[in-house]
Amino acid sequence: MKAKGWATPYIIWMAIFIVVPLFLVVYFAFTGENGFTFANISKIGQYSNVFLRSIWMGAIATVISLLLGYPMAYMIARIPAKRQSVMIMLIMLPMWMNFLLRTYAWMSLLEDTGLINRLLQAVGLPQVHLINTSGAVILGMVYNYIPYMILPLYSILTKIDGSVIEAAQDLGANGRKVFLRVIFPLSMPGVISGITMVFVPAVSTFIISKMLGGGGNLLIGDLIDMQFLGSAYNPNLGSAISLVLMVMILICMGIMNQFDDGETMEGGMMI
Amino acid sequence: MENNVLVSLENVTVSFDGETPVLKDFNLSIRDGEFVTLLGPSGCGKTTILRSIGGFITPDSGDIYFNGVKITDLPPHKRNVNTIFQRYALFPHLNVYENVAFGMRIKNKSEKEINETVHKMLELVDLKGYAKRGVGKLSGGQQQRVAIARALANDPKMLLLDEPLSALDMKLRKDMQSELKKIQQTTGITFLFVTHDQQEALSMSDTVVVMDKGVIQQIGTPEDIYNEPKNAFVADFIGESNILDGLMLEDYVVSFAGATFKCLDKGFEKREPVDVVIRPEDVKVTEAAKGMLRGVVTSLNFQGVHYEIIVDVKGFKWMIQSTDFEEVGKEIGIILDPDDIHVMKKSEYSGMFGDYSTFSDEMEEDINAASSVDGEAEE
Repeated sequence: MKAKGWATPYIIWMAIFIVVPLFLVVYFAFTGENGFTFANISKIGQYSNVFLRSIWMGAIATVISLLLGYPMAYMIARIPAKRQSVMIMLIMLPMWMNFLLRTYAWMSLLEDTGLINRLLQAVGLPQVHLINTSGAVILGMVYNYIPYMILPLYSILTKIDGSVIEAAQDLGANGRKVFLRVIFPLSMPGVISGITMVFVPAVSTFIISKMLGGGGNLLIGDLIDMQFLGSAYNPNLGSAISLVLMVMILICMGIMNQFDDGETMEGGMMI
Repeated sequence: MENNVLVSLENVTVSFDGETPVLKDFNLSIRDGEFVTLLGPSGCGKTTILRSIGGFITPDSGDIYFNGVKITDLPPHKRNVNTIFQRYALFPHLNVYENVAFGMRIKNKSEKEINETVHKMLELVDLKGYAKRGVGKLSGGQQQRVAIARALANDPKMLLLDEPLSALDMKLRKDMQSELKKIQQTTGITFLFVTHDQQEALSMSDTVVVMDKGVIQQIGTPEDIYNEPKNAFVADFIGESNILDGLMLEDYVVSFAGATFKCLDKGFEKREPVDVVIRPEDVKVTEAAKGMLRGVVTSLNFQGVHYEIIVDVKGFKWMIQSTDFEEVGKEIGIILDPDDIHVMKKSEYSGMFGDYSTFSDEMEEDINAASSVDGEAEE
């Protein structure tokens, strides 16, 4: 009974700020000037290239984050505990800085007259066009979201019982096999949550693509932004796009979780 | 083959983080096919020995030989020994079958051979039909059996067991003791077993190595260790014992507790101070007038098989185990035959183990020792 009483303010809070807005999104998505309509949803078809590009770039950023973040998390999890906290601090430090500021900083680095190009010029190399490319957008995504990959990986890797690793060595596994057959499978929950935590914001970002991608790298986030704040003002279409994006992310997460469950429950042969 | 040395440690010294060495110039040989137990209190270095043989600790100096070959610097995965870890260390992401098959998969054995071996091993440890279970849902005893099957499936020359039964309850522990002994006998694999439980050591081993502070106090058969302890530490650690200050008057004659007794020990100097051990179950109780020593019963404790009687003899509290009831406060006599008395040389442990006046404290210590098993891993 007591617990129920405590939960009430949270339930009210969630109802006002989560459930109601969700309903509003759904409502706007299926309404137009003449009431109920599927027009908004069907219009999304013409933006399929934007959807594909968002998913593609989000996926690449996620894969790069995983490839860079896993060794990092693994390394941190193995150093002495005191240095671990320093390393984790260093990883979180950029997150304390404003997101916009961080992305602006990259802008001034990548510009045609930016720091990188000036350095290249100074050593006599030709200029490289970096800003306003899809590469710059992916770089921005990786830079901004990689802490969300490292942290869950780090926390799961530190939780792996050292004696399990010793047992694998004891049973004849060399370093590579210990990793492939024991450490990596046991870190799967961390991999899954890292992927989710990077992929979801990367797919729906709009600041990064706006600042680093120029006009040619329109993402779903930018599209939604335009419907509400931009020139193409159309909240109904914006809601519809948001709804589709939400459904897509839900499906992605569902697939990931399915994979995770299968791994931990049944075990079996990974490799 | 029976008496060939399988593993030997030569002048092994191990220290952690530059602290005082856990082992210093340690020497030990283990024969092929033996069931050897390392017995000692927490922190005595027994787990360190096991981990050195397993390859998880590299000694600061000294060498370890396996089948005559130096393995001091060989990594664990290249050693033909397998370990049963204290907390089993089963792979939580694999089911029972895959846990047992792990070592064989690493060695790329054929699926047919793996299948046969896994089922044979599961049968050996009495876990037929558990192959598809997840290990998380097994009881402690079952997990232990999986760990044993997993180790044995690699066909090791030697099995290292690190207090494998300490996490099990009393009843299960007894069952697993006899089961381990049986497995050792049927497979003929050399077992090196680490424990702080003297009863476990006595009931299972061919050879017991009693250790304290990184030093071997005594090596021998369980009977030797129990009947002929070398010093006060061994006498106190193995079973119950009354340890008294004595004086060896001449061969076969010793005096203690204000009286002179015949004994079976010789080879001491004349009037050499000694430690005298008398096991509680060897003491015979009689009427006060007929006793070689007299004392007053101060407490009586029913233990099932026998009574534990504490008797005050001139201020020294003896423990006596007797099947007869004696009333508290009554004066009784004690009779000791020559073969009830065991005489030991004085050692650094002399005088450290008093009489049974602080009996309850000692019991508490035992309980503490048993519950601080976890600390052993960091030893």
